[in-house]
Amino acid sequence: METGQRKDPDGKLVPLHFIQNVTLKVNGKTVVESQISQGISRNPVFTFRIKGGAKGDRIEVSWIDNHGETNQTETAVA
Amino acid sequence: MAVLAAIALKAVRGAGRGVEQGRLWRENRGRRAEILGASNPVASRDVVIEAPQIAENGAVVPIEITSNVPGTTSIAVLIDKNPFPLVGKFDFMEGALPFVKLTRSWARPPSAGRRRSARKHYVATQEIKVTIGGCGG
Repeated sequence: METGQRKDPDGKLVPLHFIQNVTLKVNGKTVVESQISQGISRNPVFTFRIKGGAKGDRIEVSWIDNHGETNQTETAVA
Repeated sequence: MAVLAAIALKAVRGAGRGVEQGRLWRENRGRRAEILGASNPVASRDVVIEAPQIAENGAVVPIEITSNVPGTTSIAVLIDKNPFPLVGKFDFMEGALPFVKLTRSWARPPSAGRRRSARKHYVATQEIKVTIGGCGG
């Protein structure tokens, strides 16, 4: 996370960089959507809870940062 | 360390500088709420914030928020006196429980959780003290 207010040793501002959106899907259905600001910590940890949840349910998490970089991961409920 | 939240307001007033801080708190709360479309949040015990009262490391402070308000659709986390008060807004759809846990960084923080259910807004606050600032990179 970079707030955009910190300066590097040369006195230049370090550009804003943070995770902006996190989406949680269960079996392909979106259950949580979040919009996040630069107030979040570096390497943030989020915990969400879902109703029900059976063995084999597919959990997908995707995220995008303010540079447009995106990634996702998925797992099945064990 | 300057800390205030709704619950802590009386104590802060007792400290002699609370009138000014209390005014700022009310003004800021109104403004932040407006940004979220929540002009008159209702203080509620159904909004539960779990967070350390004293956080050793301001760079990573865990906050856990649970809403017991039926039909909650959204939780927003705001930190007083933060350059960026709104840490995040979490929208819950069918199939999700209105709960969120996150880590956030801050140097001088109290926290406020806020949730919305059927276009009504509820708010809970908790103060958190930090012994090592978190905004230094």
